[in-house]
Amino acid sequence: MNTSIKTMTAQPNRMKINFAQLIRSPAFYPFVGLVVVTVFMIFASDKFLTGANLENIARQVSINAIIAVGMTCVILTGGIDLSVGPVMALSGTLTTGLMVAGVPAPIAILIGLLIGVGFGVGNGIFVAYLKMPPIIVTLATMGIARGLGLMYTDGYPISGMPDWFAWFGRGTLFGIQVPILIMLLTYFFAWVLLQHTRIGRYVYAIGGNEEAVRLSGVRASRFKLLVYSISGLTAAIAGLVLSSRLMSGQPNAGVGFELDAIAAVVLGGASIAGGRGVIIGTLVGAMLLGVLNNGLNMLGVSPYVQSVIKGAIILLAIFISRQRHK
Amino acid sequence: MSCLLQLENICKSYPGVHALKSINLEVERGEIHALLGENGAGKSTLMKILAGVEHQDKGSIRIDGAEQHFATYNEAIAAGVGIVFQEFSLIPYLNAVENIFLGHEIVNGFGLLRKGEMREKAIALFDRLGVKINLDCSVQHLSVAEQQFVEIAKALALEARLLILDEPTATLTPSEAELLFDIMRELKSQGVAVIFISHHLEEIFQVCDRISVLRDGANVGALTVADSDIDTLVEMMVGRRLEASFPPKPDKPLGDVVLQVRDIQLTRNGPHNSFNLHKGEILGFAGLVGSGRTELALGVIGALPVVSKDVLLRGQPVNLSDPAHALANGIGLLPESRKSEGLIVDFSIRENISLNNLGKYESAVHLLDRHREDSTTADLMKQLSIKAPSCESRVLNLSGGNQQKVVIARWINHHCDILIFDEPTRGIDVGAKAEIYNLMRKLTEQGFAIIMISSELPEVIGMCDRVAVFNKGAIVNVLQAGDINPQEVMRHATGSLNSEHVH
Repeated sequence: MNTSIKTMTAQPNRMKINFAQLIRSPAFYPFVGLVVVTVFMIFASDKFLTGANLENIARQVSINAIIAVGMTCVILTGGIDLSVGPVMALSGTLTTGLMVAGVPAPIAILIGLLIGVGFGVGNGIFVAYLKMPPIIVTLATMGIARGLGLMYTDGYPISGMPDWFAWFGRGTLFGIQVPILIMLLTYFFAWVLLQHTRIGRYVYAIGGNEEAVRLSGVRASRFKLLVYSISGLTAAIAGLVLSSRLMSGQPNAGVGFELDAIAAVVLGGASIAGGRGVIIGTLVGAMLLGVLNNGLNMLGVSPYVQSVIKGAIILLAIFISRQRHK
Repeated sequence: MSCLLQLENICKSYPGVHALKSINLEVERGEIHALLGENGAGKSTLMKILAGVEHQDKGSIRIDGAEQHFATYNEAIAAGVGIVFQEFSLIPYLNAVENIFLGHEIVNGFGLLRKGEMREKAIALFDRLGVKINLDCSVQHLSVAEQQFVEIAKALALEARLLILDEPTATLTPSEAELLFDIMRELKSQGVAVIFISHHLEEIFQVCDRISVLRDGANVGALTVADSDIDTLVEMMVGRRLEASFPPKPDKPLGDVVLQVRDIQLTRNGPHNSFNLHKGEILGFAGLVGSGRTELALGVIGALPVVSKDVLLRGQPVNLSDPAHALANGIGLLPESRKSEGLIVDFSIRENISLNNLGKYESAVHLLDRHREDSTTADLMKQLSIKAPSCESRVLNLSGGNQQKVVIARWINHHCDILIFDEPTRGIDVGAKAEIYNLMRKLTEQGFAIIMISSELPEVIGMCDRVAVFNKGAIVNVLQAGDINPQEVMRHATGSLNSEHVH
């Protein structure tokens, strides 16, 4: 009797809080933005709202969206990772190169992922323990990773992988494209990590006030090291998907990808100063960029103009989010 | 009239605080005028108003008889006011000449710098002060004293007739301070008026002509150095006020020693300090702002690097090399600035309390158990009477007193039993202060040991069982129960006992 009354009264309360939380969520306005742009595209082009096109968008988005997972974690701590594009390319060429050289595929893939993590750990050591500014550290490792990729391949793309390798980039599972599945899985893990583990709590706490975390007796540096490692890992996963989709290890892949990933994070409502943002917002931000790319292409807008429009939208989004936080 | 500066009836209020209550101050040409007062007596506010940084609600400022309304710092400078703040405003990478003429460089008709002319003028300025400064190296390589002389030269380059020195000797060695006094006397002979703010009373007797004392934002009096002595000044600064809002002190002998800090040295050539903390006591760290109390506390818990230290916890040596070690050993810190060092203001009460103890709520697969977090948060909120709509309220929206309790709750949740409270009642209202005091007493009755760093004398006197008094980084005395009174604390803190203290 007692318990039933309790749940009865608690229920509507909970609903109200959830709705308020929804509006307060950093992902709310990005989501509204995505809906607005999507509706606009639906009316502007009758080919936009087809199953094939939507799947196409999701697949195109997946690479950037996966990289943006790690970028979100880094930015939430108040850092930045510029090295993701070259790390992705290096990881992709290493995986394909080892595979072509006869290394068993699982081991080649594992090594590809580990090189990503390795670069992340390196970034993390310089940032967290040697107290160097993240933008400088990752700018340097960006160059190093790019150079190592070019050295390893001598500048030529690698090809000749077994046909099944295309599964990661082109295959389907349960009727869904594998890159989209990998993306969704990455987001699910990131969501659990950020919302339901102590690591996530510290990621937000460090972005909110690193000194308070340190003085409360928590070793913040460990968690900073960890977010850069995660960023390296997600860049490597993106490298695996990309080289599989292209069936080629491209040492020059991923130029400018760090900027797309940062754009997705910021469009998704995260604060570049750290501490604020949600992982689902980043997915929304990446999709917003994808819908814009796709829609503007379908409308026949010149790529030069597209670049201007995307830049303007990012400025607008940041302006709106700053107004909200005042 | 030879009065250079005349302040009449200056009043200033901030929300909830009556910072200045009709202050009058007169400074004559060629006079070195000391401005004295405890921390928070209103000296800084008054100087900020003189500098045009803050604006008085009421009252007038006259310079040479002409009424002035300083809207900005620049207007104050133009009227002949020069200020050397405690925090220097020099650009470290520029040399002395470039710093002196920063913002009013001498240029030729093409807008190019006339470096030779500026250099000559700088040399003339330093000649006037009677000091030699290397003009070619960037000021970051100069000593603190030399940087101060550059600041003074900078003020004089702008034809300052009134020079305000805000605790200039705090960072100087005795011989450097002597040099500064020579400069002050030299300027005095040239007709410049100097307002000298210092906590070191003996310096005032050495160099000043007249003294004005502020207390709680009001004038206590002005007198000539010849008519005063240290005891009078301390009396004027401290007064006889003691509020009765403190819980009674326990009438028990001290408990066992829980924390023993021996020979802690923060900087090379710095003083060595030792102290003991007993179970169930509140040990005060008293002293002037900048006397090294916070630094020592941070050094003990490993938040600041130290040259050497030796810490025993209940007789066992422990290695406290970072705050995480301190936490593991049950030592927690309530930092001086709760918003920038204590709290994550965007986080909820729950998240702030569980911040350093998340392991407690982890399941086997390392997921956090929100329900257990909620229930301990609710318990602690009740125990410490934290007033907030719910445990999900963001701490940003809480009052200062409640914010402070959230930080305290964090340590209690982690079973810390040695707590360091750094200025626990700063910026919170009277009612909340009393609650914090009662809470501290309740904790010590439960066996907690507390170190309280405080610049508020009444609070030190009213709360502490013993008081360690700091002066220039050193614990100069530990006052026992019977000796804790304002005069005694101030005398040790201002170093005016030095002469009697020779063993």
